[in-house]
Order: sequence, then structure tokens, then C-alpha cells
Amino acid sequence: MTTSKASTTSIAAKYGTARRTVTVHVNERDVTREVSTRTTLADFLRDELGLVSVHLGCEHGECGSCTVLFDGHSVRSCLMLAVQTDGHTVETVESLAGNPAELHPIQEAFAEEQGLQCGFCTPAMVLRTKEIIETGRDRELTDAEVRHEISGILCRCTGYQNIVRAVQSAQRRCRGGGRDA
Amino acid sequence: MKPPPFTYCDPESVDEAVALKSEYGSDSLVLAGGQSLLPMLNMRLARPEVLIDINKIGDLQRIERWDDILEVGAGVRQYELEDHQLVGELVPLLPEATGYIGHIECRHRGTVGGSLAHAHSAAELPCTAVALDATVVVRGPSGIRTIEARDFFQGRMTTALEPEEVLVAVRYPVTPQAAGHGFVEVARRAGDFALAGAAAVVNLGEDGCFTSVSVGVSSISDTPVRASAVESALIGEAPTENNIARAAEEIVPSVTAADDLHATHDYRRHLASVVVRRAITAAVARAHERRNGT
Repeated sequence: MTTSKASTTSIAAKYGTARRTVTVHVNERDVTREVSTRTTLADFLRDELGLVSVHLGCEHGECGSCTVLFDGHSVRSCLMLAVQTDGHTVETVESLAGNPAELHPIQEAFAEEQGLQCGFCTPAMVLRTKEIIETGRDRELTDAEVRHEISGILCRCTGYQNIVRAVQSAQRRCRGGGRDA
Repeated sequence: MKPPPFTYCDPESVDEAVALKSEYGSDSLVLAGGQSLLPMLNMRLARPEVLIDINKIGDLQRIERWDDILEVGAGVRQYELEDHQLVGELVPLLPEATGYIGHIECRHRGTVGGSLAHAHSAAELPCTAVALDATVVVRGPSGIRTIEARDFFQGRMTTALEPEEVLVAVRYPVTPQAAGHGFVEVARRAGDFALAGAAAVVNLGEDGCFTSVSVGVSSISDTPVRASAVESALIGEAPTENNIARAAEEIVPSVTAADDLHATHDYRRHLASVVVRRAITAAVARAHERRNGT
């Protein structure tokens, strides 16, 4: 067995050095950047792409505030490396509304139901709601079901009650294609 | 809270991953779903020189049946077990236990092999593997090696996996059609590490008595524990509330976990018998349902 320092240089030829070029489909456009292989997806989205809706609470997978949709699935972006997203799709809350003056029906639901206070967990909650609706069932979820579905994201302000209402309202808006009764 | 530097390798075949592991041994770590390794990197609790990302290896992502064995590739994501038809039919305990792993965001990335290799004593898949008599399949420089789940977990987050080896699959015996299963955890909040958990599979004979009982228990010791004393106390007995409760007490001597921030030793001794009793009771109810065709 060779000493690892020496052999590290031998694998550099095949796997590259500490930096890599990645092309990621982010919010419906392809972006190509050179990244350090140890950069987390969360830092890449915030620092390289300016997508600051990705909030870093704990950076070790406890709080869920950095949740994004990776190939359509909710994931904690602090627990992925940017280099792993090469050739994949990432969605953040910035993609939802057509322009900054508009709100997506899910965002409207959160606003109208007061499903947020400080707003730190809100982008994650909104994306998770989108996933719940897209993978969802035909009927509106019960309070207990919504609480279970959003349990991976911590909110320290609301006590969740209004977030639960916002998710249910968003479900109705998206299902009916229109506004809530 | 950022990972330390490492050489990042993303092999596309098991051969290549094994070659890297053979060369770098304990200077390297395998990155699967990253739900435990990334926090460890972010907190600098792990500092591998080489990180071997196995997410591009398609061969590790298969779920297959061979005769009476369900083989699940190490790279299969945990959420895939939850509503996979074949898994639900052949080893119904698996999807049930998987639903208790962390939160859905973790299960979207976390893998079957990753959970076993990490070997946390509170984790659901190690406990389930021990209860189901699963076999862990590993590959090293000299080829494939299989290890019984109960021998695989050797100590606190320590497994029989050698530094040159890669965990490639888990083989689960297909659960008999008439068997019942149950999975129970006690945790302070949904998604937290269990203070104690139990997985049970039971078979009842023509006379309604237990013909087989398999129980794995999590979070009471350094490794998941097989509740052999509970099992032997029940074989041939009727599945009454009293018999199950009495047998469940047999788990108590196996509780070795010391007091920690989350529970005292004494509380865990109590919880161990509670989760064992509840898991067996749930398994019996399912076995009855199956017999009655409901």
C-alpha cells in the first residue's frame, strides 16, 4: 500500500483536483460554474447564484430551513455537495412567481393565512408545500397530516397553527386553480 | 460549519469504488446519502483524505427478488422502500420501519446501505435488519463477503466492514405470507432519534400459538439487540396480553445504555419492555388480520 499523500496525486488525473466545473439546471435555466468540491449545495446557491431564499439555520440537517427541491424531491441543501448536482435540477422559492411583484398561489396562501412571522423557515415551508401538492392526494390533508408532512422543517415563531392553515389553503387554491373560498 | 478539504472521487462502478477503497482504506470514507456524513464533515468530526461518492453507481440502486430473498442495493434511497410494491409485498416490515427514519427530506437522500454502515444504535434499518435475519453483502479487493446482520453490528457505530470494503447490498429473507409485523418507537418528537424502538415479526400456528417470534430492539445498547430471551419465552405460548407483557420483560437485562441527556438507564429499561410489548402486539394483530383475510 502506497502512502496516501503520493497516491492522491495519482487519482487527481482521473477525478480532478479540488475544483470542478458543474452545469446545474437551477430554476429553469442551466448555470455553469466552477466550484470547490467541498462547497455545499446551500453555499453554492446562496454565494455563487445569489439565491438567498435558501436559509442556513444549523448547517447540519436539523432545522430544514435550507430545503430545496432536487430533481423534484425536497432535500436539505446543507447536506449535499454542489458537485453532486452536476446534470441535475434544483428549484428554490425564487422560481415560483413569474416576477418579484407577483406571488404564487402557495405564497398567497401563506400571506393570507399569516403562515409566517419572521420568515426564516418560510421558503422551505413553501417548497415543501409545493411538493406536498404535486405528489399529493385528491383531498385536503387533515391538520395532523399536514403537521406530519412539514415536520422536517422547524418554525420557532408561529406554533405551526397558521402554517397548517396555509398549507391547506394552498392545497385548495392549487387544486381549484383559483382562489380560496 | 463547512466540510474540510478532501479529494472528491465519484466512481461509476462498484469495481472502481472498491479499487479506491482498497487503495485509501481508512483515509477514505464512502459518501452515500450524506445525511449523517455531511453533518460529520460540516462539524469536522470526520476528515477523510478521500471522499468516495457512490451516488453515480447504478448497480447499487437495484431492488431484486431471488427466490426467497429480497436484495436491496446499498444505494437505494430510503423513501423508495416506503411505497415500493415488491418491498411492501415481500418484506412489509421494511416500509413501515422506514417511515420512522428522520423526516422525508432525509429519506429522499438517505440510503439503505448508508444507514447500516453508519450503524447508529437508534437507527431503524439496523434494528430491522437484525430482526429480519438479513445478510449484509460487502465487496473488497478479494471479492464478495456476506455477513449476518447480527454479526455486522459490533459496537457503537462500529461494524464488521473492513476499511478496504464497500457495502453493496442487503439481503432480506422474504417474510411468510401469514406472518404479522410491527414496528414501534418512542421518541420525544416526530423524527427524533428513538429513545427505544422495536421491530417484530411473528407467526402463529393452527392452534393460534406462536410458532416463531423475531424481535430487534434499537437504542438500548451500543448495537441493535436481538431479543432472544423474549422470543424463546413466547414460542408455543398463546398470544395473550399477559403472555406478551411477561415475555417483554425479558428484554430488560439487555439494556446497557447509560444515562444520557435524553433518558436515564432506568427509563430505558422501562421503555425497552414497552416497545417490545407494543411491537409484538401489533405484529399479532396483523397476523390475525391476515388469517381472517382482512
